[in-house]
Amino acid sequence: MRKGQYRFVAGFLFVPVALYVIFVIWPYIQTFGYSLTNWKGQSQTFDFVGLDNYRTLFQDDVFLEAIWHNILFLIFIPVITILLALFFAFMLNAGGRSRAGGVQGVAGSKFYKIVYFFPQVLSLAILAVLFNAVYRSDGGGLLNGFLIKIGLVDADSPVEWLNEPRMVLWALMLVVVWHGVGFYLVLFSAAMQSVPRDIYEAALIDGASRNQSFFRITLPLLWDTVQTAWVYLGIVAMDMFVLVSSMTQNMGAYGGGPDHHSDVMSTVMMRNFLYYGKSGYACAMGVVMLLLTLVLSVVTLRATRRERIEF
Amino acid sequence: MSAPIKETTPARPEGAVAKVPVRAGDRRGEGVVLNVFSHGFLALWALLIVLPLLWLVLSAFKSDAQIGGSAFGWPEHWSLGVFSRAWGKGIGDYFLNTVIVLVFSVPLTMLFGSMAAYVLARYRFWGNRLLYYFFVAGAMFPVFLALVPLFFMVKRLDMLNTYQGLILVYVAYSMPFTVFFMHAFFRTLPTAVFEAAVLDGASHTRTFFQVMLPMAKPGLISVGIFNTLGQWNQFILPTVLMQPQSGSDPERYVLTQGLIQLQQQQGYASDLPVLFAGVTIAMIPMLVVYLSFQRQVQAGLTSATLK
Repeated sequence: MRKGQYRFVAGFLFVPVALYVIFVIWPYIQTFGYSLTNWKGQSQTFDFVGLDNYRTLFQDDVFLEAIWHNILFLIFIPVITILLALFFAFMLNAGGRSRAGGVQGVAGSKFYKIVYFFPQVLSLAILAVLFNAVYRSDGGGLLNGFLIKIGLVDADSPVEWLNEPRMVLWALMLVVVWHGVGFYLVLFSAAMQSVPRDIYEAALIDGASRNQSFFRITLPLLWDTVQTAWVYLGIVAMDMFVLVSSMTQNMGAYGGGPDHHSDVMSTVMMRNFLYYGKSGYACAMGVVMLLLTLVLSVVTLRATRRERIEF
Repeated sequence: MSAPIKETTPARPEGAVAKVPVRAGDRRGEGVVLNVFSHGFLALWALLIVLPLLWLVLSAFKSDAQIGGSAFGWPEHWSLGVFSRAWGKGIGDYFLNTVIVLVFSVPLTMLFGSMAAYVLARYRFWGNRLLYYFFVAGAMFPVFLALVPLFFMVKRLDMLNTYQGLILVYVAYSMPFTVFFMHAFFRTLPTAVFEAAVLDGASHTRTFFQVMLPMAKPGLISVGIFNTLGQWNQFILPTVLMQPQSGSDPERYVLTQGLIQLQQQQGYASDLPVLFAGVTIAMIPMLVVYLSFQRQVQAGLTSATLK
């Protein structure tokens, strides 16, 4: 019996563990090793160069600028998305006609949730095509067309959303926000609805206004969820590969234009790996991305730590 | 999780709530203003979601000159020909490739993920905890960390630009989340049924497939939806692994990759309607799946975050 059990356990674990080690863990580990070599593309031989790649990396203006862009995304994407999602979640759950009992959804809140959430199931590739069309730099683009129509933009000089250094990051950010708000709205709504009604009733009896009960009760109880949302949006902001590589001007390959003004770490890494064939150097970038991701998670969890309220 | 409390709250009868005293005057007024206000904002955002999508679908029916001319305006003639043209220009192949990959990768992910999760959740053996963390830790690292060696690993296995290569990689990269979620799920299943099955003389394997797996169905559905969407929308892995390796190697792009490819081609060929029709075709299955399993999709995707 005992022996059979071990055989069973080993049998069940063998394939999953093997796949996972071969395709996930082993490459992860190899990256660290390769990042210390001058390995180029297809060549079979390479030399150990110590920390040279890292030294080059921190003098590589393109990569440093890319880190800066990721940091901008890290700041703005979570803030804007979470605030909008909270705002809409509040509107959906507490904006309805006042009936005692605190949280009362507006009419049609189910419909809104269905619509808002939909972008989440679309692939980023679809979003890239969609927003490339929206951001077209002539009157045929939805955004320019609309702004020309209401007279905010001159028809002869439409805005080049994706070719203007000052615009391009914001244009990309808007896509992520458009994509994410519905998801976090549903997440926050679910959390809001799990707050026991008694708490709202008690607050109501004590004479709390709707806003008071939102800011003093709902929000503090939602804090855990907001924190999770923050970490997830942070991961999105560290990535950005699909949108940047397919929406912006190619700097050789994988977007990043105009003149590297929208490059992020992932696009620079992929360009060095697949376009320039600098495998070792790309590995060093991967390691830096990992370190920054870890720093990000620790900082977020630390900075947003609050006393946990059980209910 | 505070499941027991949650279950009782909605069950509270409405009547009990209504008895709470309300200061009718001010509250009513505040409610109406807020109601108009909130509906305004909510409707605005709903329009911002729906209009661009509809506009894109509409643009598929326009001519290329019309698309470049003005953002507004109705198609001159409604013809579905553009969709068959898009299908022929590659979307059909991309679609098929994606389906071929997912038909294998999703069930395999679920099977191997549940097997590992089950053993880790229900059996005590040396190294159990360690192995569990080993699986879960993979979710913390960005995929970019692995890309370069992964490419050469798949190359060495001679699986670049093959379905089986992408399938295996998808399965492997879906492991952390699947194991994590199913592990939590198997832990909550009652032990009594398991013991009964063992007493009846069922083998471990049989107990798993015929007793435990059927009981884990709700969890399997959530994770299944999550993995299907994730793998369907995956872009970075196929971009690295599914490039033709030589002139004679056929293209086996998946849908996301193909759309971006088409976007680059059609930009030069000035045949944007085909691109938009392609995107419409790519959106339809998502829309159908989403509208029919709306509740499960939302629950599946959000529970992934909450755990």
